[in-house]
Amino acid sequence: MKKSLMFVVALLATFGLVAAACGDDNANNNNASVGTTAAPDTSDGSDMAEPSCVGPEGVRVAIVAPSAENDLAFTQSIVDGVERLTGVSDDVAITPGTFIVEDAGVALRQYAEDGYDLVIGHGSQYGGLIQEIAPDFPDTAFAWGTAVDTFGLPNVSAYTAASNEGGYVLGTLAGALGDNIGIVGPIEVGDAKLYVDGFKLGAEAFGVEGVSVVYTESFSDVQLASETATGFVNNGADILTGTAQMTVGAISVAENENVLWFGTQSNQTPAAADGVVAANQVYRWEVALQQLVDDFADCVLGGESYEINLANGGLVIEYGNWDVPAEITELADATIAAVIAGEVDTLAG
Amino acid sequence: MSEFFTISVLVATVASAMRFATPYLLAALGETVGQRSGVLNLGVDGVMLLGAFFAYWTVLETDSRLLGVGVGLAVGLVMGVVYATVTLVFKAEQGISGIGVYLFGLGMSELLFLKQVGIPRGIPSFDDLKIPLLGDIPHIGDMFFNHSILVYLAVLMVPVLTLVVNRTTLGLNIRAVGESPEAADSLGVSVYRTRAFAMLVGNGLAGLAGAALTIELGTFQNNLTNGIGFIAVALVYFGAWRPAGVLAGSLLYGLITATVTQWKTLGIVTGATASLTTTAPAVLTVVALAIIARRSADQPAALTVPFSRDG
Repeated sequence: MKKSLMFVVALLATFGLVAAACGDDNANNNNASVGTTAAPDTSDGSDMAEPSCVGPEGVRVAIVAPSAENDLAFTQSIVDGVERLTGVSDDVAITPGTFIVEDAGVALRQYAEDGYDLVIGHGSQYGGLIQEIAPDFPDTAFAWGTAVDTFGLPNVSAYTAASNEGGYVLGTLAGALGDNIGIVGPIEVGDAKLYVDGFKLGAEAFGVEGVSVVYTESFSDVQLASETATGFVNNGADILTGTAQMTVGAISVAENENVLWFGTQSNQTPAAADGVVAANQVYRWEVALQQLVDDFADCVLGGESYEINLANGGLVIEYGNWDVPAEITELADATIAAVIAGEVDTLAG
Repeated sequence: MSEFFTISVLVATVASAMRFATPYLLAALGETVGQRSGVLNLGVDGVMLLGAFFAYWTVLETDSRLLGVGVGLAVGLVMGVVYATVTLVFKAEQGISGIGVYLFGLGMSELLFLKQVGIPRGIPSFDDLKIPLLGDIPHIGDMFFNHSILVYLAVLMVPVLTLVVNRTTLGLNIRAVGESPEAADSLGVSVYRTRAFAMLVGNGLAGLAGAALTIELGTFQNNLTNGIGFIAVALVYFGAWRPAGVLAGSLLYGLITATVTQWKTLGIVTGATASLTTTAPAVLTVVALAIIARRSADQPAALTVPFSRDG
């Protein structure tokens, strides 16, 4: 009897904890709303309704991503991007933290089976899964990134970020503000590598010779990112940057050691006190995703590859909370213009 | 390579190793006590995550680092009560229930972080505390005696636990119930109570390890521990269930990680070589465990074996 009572109490306590944690905020749950825009107005004033694949509630979007939706980095950038879409349903589903590909595969397939219109695999590691799953659901649009390959499938789109462009701009600004730069990278692939290469080129183009790059070989090891940043500072770095969710550790070092930080993917300004984050390259995935949503309304489910860059507004430079000198904003504007005009090479090699 | 063998770089590397080792050491010491009593806890990482989150949240809200440390410890103790209930009262299989605790800690810390905090924001860390006289010894002082109070606390736990485990009646009881619970029971030692106490200590130190990690880093992120708790369990085997051995293993692990990191920041290893050296700490763990397997005689005989008076 006593054992049964204890079991019930333990069960209730656990339930209470979960309920308290969930509270009344239904955002960001697996089936929670992140986009609250109304369904698109498809009326064109004529009596002839255009054929549409979209229900009255708008395009239903599901996201599978490798890290948490509040990581201030890669996953948050796609969640923020979907929030800004128009013509999507309130019912946006998110499965974050699926760094293990097999887990992501289950989620991707389940979303397709559940009738989501657009299923996004936000990670270059998900390509194989998309290629395998998409043919089984010809009425579902799939998208994945960062990548450019649609596998020749009519219901698969790919998207990527020319993060080297914003990286180059930020590298130029870093070169103007310091002379010893440490870059904390995760794994040398995808948009992380592009950003790091672009940043290095930008700083070097400004005449900085001391640009050090370390790939920690982990997207998630905050302690390693922190110690790497500490190593850079010990070796004289006065500017730090990095990419992926583990960089919060490096940002903390930047704050404690009084050096400037340049962020990427999401606006990382809130992660530190004012004056620490100099500027950020922010991904505006909605620039690419909006085209997918609009295409879906026309029953076009894929086959295209999209890129966000400085020219199309998919990449934007946002400053941190500090008094940005006029010469810095002028330098940034001039560099952005030069990159858009193709006057500088932002790709290594 | 010559730039690595300069005094300033070597001092910085050893100091970094001390910081790296601290959460491993605290968690592994706690697990050592638990395993000496015969209870395996694979949920260390989950308890660390909960301790880390609540400590982080506390510091974020109150700006009090000491209170954060206390809360991390308290959360560990609560998880100790939970784990003791599961393994001693319900006699659940320890390996499986430990994984359950890990998954609970991982999921709950992520959920609470998302709901209560939102995005990673910085918190203040402890300032470095220079030990009088020792801290003034050239180079050695900066390596070992100019650290956060949490580093000293972790190292101090080694002689304390060594003394408790080897020189006190309580320690004798812990070892007894880990070696032969039936014999201990026949001599009047309460196996349940002793194991429960050991689990409180073990989980409490895991919670403290999580608090130390988040406060030292000055931030929190989902899955902040990144598997430290599992490495800590391996370090218990590496250290042959002795606090001093666990200290040696933690420092070695920290030193290798710090050295590899330093080599990379100095550009001594680059490209594929750098990627390869990153695996060094993990390789060390596997090699150590392979060696330790020969010393299985040191393992508590009743480890993972539930006790029941009914036989």
